[in-house]
Amino acid sequence: MSSPSLLSSQSTASRKDKSSAMVPDDFMWQGYSALETQWRVERLLSRYVACIDDDNLEEWPSFFTQDACSYEIITRENVERGLPLTLVFCTSQGMLADRIVSLREANIYPQRWYRHIVSNVLIQAVAEDHLEVQSHYVVLQTRRNGQTSIFSAGKYKDRIVLQADELRFAEKRVVVDTHSIDTLLVSPI
Amino acid sequence: MNAPMTPFAKPWIANPDGYRVPYEVFTDQVYYDQEQEHIFRGETWSFVGLDAELPNNGDFKSTAIGDTPVIVTRDQNGQLHVFKNLCMHRGALLVRESRGNAKSFDCVYHQWSFDLTGVLRGVPMRRGVRGEGGMPPAFDMANFGLDALRVEVMNGLIFASFSKTVEPLADYLGEGIVANIQRIFNRPIRIMGDYRQYIHGNWKLYAENVRDPYHGSLLHLFHSTFGLYRATQKGFTYMDPSNRHSLLKATASAAPTSASEDQEVYKDVRSYNTEFHLKDASILVGRPEFDDRASLVINAIFPNLLIQQIANCLAVRQSVTHASNAFEIVWTLFGYADDDEEMQMIRMKQSNLVGPAGLISMEDGEAIEIVQDAVIRDGKKTSVLAMGGVHSGSVDHMITEGPIIGFWENYARYLNLGADLKK
Repeated sequence: MSSPSLLSSQSTASRKDKSSAMVPDDFMWQGYSALETQWRVERLLSRYVACIDDDNLEEWPSFFTQDACSYEIITRENVERGLPLTLVFCTSQGMLADRIVSLREANIYPQRWYRHIVSNVLIQAVAEDHLEVQSHYVVLQTRRNGQTSIFSAGKYKDRIVLQADELRFAEKRVVVDTHSIDTLLVSPI
Repeated sequence: MNAPMTPFAKPWIANPDGYRVPYEVFTDQVYYDQEQEHIFRGETWSFVGLDAELPNNGDFKSTAIGDTPVIVTRDQNGQLHVFKNLCMHRGALLVRESRGNAKSFDCVYHQWSFDLTGVLRGVPMRRGVRGEGGMPPAFDMANFGLDALRVEVMNGLIFASFSKTVEPLADYLGEGIVANIQRIFNRPIRIMGDYRQYIHGNWKLYAENVRDPYHGSLLHLFHSTFGLYRATQKGFTYMDPSNRHSLLKATASAAPTSASEDQEVYKDVRSYNTEFHLKDASILVGRPEFDDRASLVINAIFPNLLIQQIANCLAVRQSVTHASNAFEIVWTLFGYADDDEEMQMIRMKQSNLVGPAGLISMEDGEAIEIVQDAVIRDGKKTSVLAMGGVHSGSVDHMITEGPIIGFWENYARYLNLGADLKK
């Protein structure tokens, strides 16, 4: 007797993205115009990747909501098979902070720099208390020998809320096209 | 018989102070080619998948044994088959998808069509077109079925072999390894998903790594950093009678060791402290689910499989080779079909510990690459394997490199290197 799968139903639902049902050009959200909302979302994403690429990782958890948040890195391969397995699965700011302490103090990995490029920022749904936003990312990796390669390509599926006058991620789901991970994945994407 | 190969100058001798392996085994193409022929395509059983990956008739997946592409499929009667992924006509890759469901395998090049049991069923224009062309009378479709491998399934693990003479799987594994497979695969599983980790190093460095209980608490510092791990915890190292396979097993519920003993063991270790604490320890929440209370089981099966149980984190890891300096680990994590929702969440959270982003496992990729990079021009220099005494075989502790020696003794035997196999 098989019990229902906790996570596969939700994964199955997001297997194929709804082609962005058009969000009207002139929406208002939390008192912001559509243009200002777009600008604030893009600023959030820019600050988020700058935090990672500038190695201010101790600040990284603060981009997420305090009470409960979700951060997942999952391969597109698993998503398309309707399988729940994630590379990283965090359900609280504490788990995010623990990842950073582990990276700083415990984990052994090659010296390298990351450079995130984020584009195609698309607000896909506007609800009273949150936005659903998709964007594309590429992470370039520069190894110790000075050579740069594409480490990861994929997209962000974000649920963004306003908390203490700042936009924050209530959910960030990183869907990775590059499902063959080059050696290891230690820094957040 | 295998012709002796020139680069293998002398047998590898187990001296009293250590067993020595020349680094050229990790860099030289000659070894890579020989091990494809004599190990992966020789007298061994390779893991190719879990039957839970192919639940329906017609399901297939493509994978590789060593670097030979193969198809694993379940035919219309539910029977599993493994074929070379190679069209019998002109050698094209027959299956180009990683997975799917099919009624037949149709080559895209000239549409030769094979049924799921490997029989050639269709050759377009076989009788020519308007009396022109066509296959000669001597051409018999019965002679062009797919190259089938031997297949055995044990508790849902699918193994395949190119050899017609290798012993049956259960004999190949031995009773102790079969018992661990029965222990972990004791009821229907639920696949959680895959990880794929591409490592710029030789596959045998990983074969060593998973047979190496010595490095566990020294390379992987997550537990010691957060004050969670004790090298003094009780464990044992089992090897099958052939010393091909190994089983490293540790029990968390062993009698607690004293603080002073821990300090003594860790005095040479760079990062043992209790300064750091997890802010969210739910990642470590688990449920005992095996009668033996083992918290760690690392079961290496020659040549390409590892079965792991780390707390409630269950996985198989398949090694696929790409070149002498590149291989891939395909991890498949799973739970049981009867897991309740809480247990599914426990396994999801614990999955943070393993895989290419695993808090306790990511270092293995780095450890392999720093060896590969360093030995590039020192092929005649050797490593030294001495911890625990210079011998393979089972011992009642985990402070040993014996399983690695067992791997190399067998490697030398498969490649006919003339190594001294005596203890």
